[in-house]
Amino acid sequence: MSEAAIAPLLGSENRGAIVTTERWPVRALLIGVAVVFLLLFLLLPLLAVLVEAFRAGLGAYFRAITEPDALAAVRLTLLVAAIAVPANIVFGLAAAWAIAKFEFKGKSILNSLIDLPFSVSPVIAGLIYVLLFGAQGYFGPYLQSQGIQIVFALPGIVLATIFVTVPFVARELVPLMQEQGTQDEEASLSLGASGWKTFFRVTLPNVKWALLYGVILCNARAMGEFGAVSVVSGHIRGKTNTMPLHVEILYNEYNFAAAFAVASLLALLALVTLFIKVALEWRYAEQISASRRH
Amino acid sequence: MAGAHGLALKRPSALPGFGLALGFALTYLGLIVLIPLAAMVLKAASLGFAGFWAITTDPRTLAALRLSLVTSLIAATINAVFGVIIAWVLIRYRFPGRRLLDAVIDLPFALPTAVAGIALTALYAPNGMIGSWLEPLGLKVAYSPIGITIALIFIGLPFVVRTVQPVLEEFDREIEEAAASLGAYRTQTIFRVILPALFPAILTGFGLALARAVGEYGSVIFIAGNIPFVSEIAPLLIVIRLEEFSYEQATAIGTAMLLISFALLFFVHLVQAWQRRRFGQ
Repeated sequence: MSEAAIAPLLGSENRGAIVTTERWPVRALLIGVAVVFLLLFLLLPLLAVLVEAFRAGLGAYFRAITEPDALAAVRLTLLVAAIAVPANIVFGLAAAWAIAKFEFKGKSILNSLIDLPFSVSPVIAGLIYVLLFGAQGYFGPYLQSQGIQIVFALPGIVLATIFVTVPFVARELVPLMQEQGTQDEEASLSLGASGWKTFFRVTLPNVKWALLYGVILCNARAMGEFGAVSVVSGHIRGKTNTMPLHVEILYNEYNFAAAFAVASLLALLALVTLFIKVALEWRYAEQISASRRH
Repeated sequence: MAGAHGLALKRPSALPGFGLALGFALTYLGLIVLIPLAAMVLKAASLGFAGFWAITTDPRTLAALRLSLVTSLIAATINAVFGVIIAWVLIRYRFPGRRLLDAVIDLPFALPTAVAGIALTALYAPNGMIGSWLEPLGLKVAYSPIGITIALIFIGLPFVVRTVQPVLEEFDREIEEAAASLGAYRTQTIFRVILPALFPAILTGFGLALARAVGEYGSVIFIAGNIPFVSEIAPLLIVIRLEEFSYEQATAIGTAMLLISFALLFFVHLVQAWQRRRFGQ
């Protein structure tokens, strides 16, 4: 009270000038809280992966990541991402073209349907395909008679991965393309370019960095997905095990060093992803969607 | 073609490809997301209300659903508090390492959940780096609901920070200056001017973190210990029922969880609509 009363007389920074920041002890405290929280909850787990991975030594580390089952898991993970990510790129471009360039009824419903997979548990994303294509599923008997296997095989893993990664590309493209409007495309068309040519020569270059941004996030999730894939995979070693599933199997066998060795590859993927993401945010701030600019 | 497609439904446009783009997007969403989800709900409906109710109110199922909801609520609340502090620090203060800290926020989005799960378990297990400190204090984190909450804090944090950050950045500093020049103390300005304006964004982030946490599987199952009635989360119970070939049970629990998620999603949308009306965004 008294301090506030005499402050104007002293011309103190507290009352004389207009105060729109906190005093330094408060600032230091808040920064400290934020740093400690992030260290404890985010950075320490990342560090733990690396420490545990090399605990048994470099030799054991390289044996764990070059062992045939581990290599099969890496191959499967890459293959699944190589199918799921392009599928979601095509979907993202189509959805963004319709939503951002046209006015139609039901647009906002479509826009929120795209985000739907984010609010569905990954386990449910796996479950629904088991219910459709599993031995006891709706199409199970038919598929069995045709000798087609979807669940506990590659197609099921790909479907579950696509499900959980559907929104990533679209939600980067939609807001940016809405912001950009339709003038560029209209100019191109009026100069005689075809629709496809306009799309590939005008629209796509306009959104390329936002597209890349969405793709790297989509790819990180596709390669790292665990719950959905775990339900449809069947955990057949060397065959239907992706990298995260391989980590789980090794961990449950108490082969911790090997589990963390494979996990460290996924952690590296996460770091590369974050690095590219931040680089895009800094370098191409104007060419990615507004909510991503820092 | 597109013009004839929907005279009343679509405003005329000079651009081509509306029919193709919308058709492809709807077919894709329908085949990958909507029809499979509808098939699950249909299967749950075929159990009849009595059958559905019997499964979802079975003590073990109820315990799992309650555990998932309670731990998610606690984690989302902790994330709301610390998420706002972190967003505040990142936007308002300049200090060395700020940009690195800002980049780290998204780690839970990029790090596969299984990796986070085994890493957290290694830290908080009784012989782990943090667990060995807490054990003598009588605090058991790994293999208990506290461990589940820690995993859910990990995966939910970016939702709050990333929702609050842009709103805080846009916040008009002149309003703060006005409050201060009218004689408000800094704490008054923060609690009566700034935080109320941030509240819708905080609530949205809270809802998103909550929705994600309720369905989370990978980061939780390693640290949870998975003891029925104690530390068994609902998504894990679905997996267990599937492994027992109890498809009806799995379907009913899955549908109950879907309903919970939709209720949360609906809540987030209500808040966003309210936010738009209030701030004319």
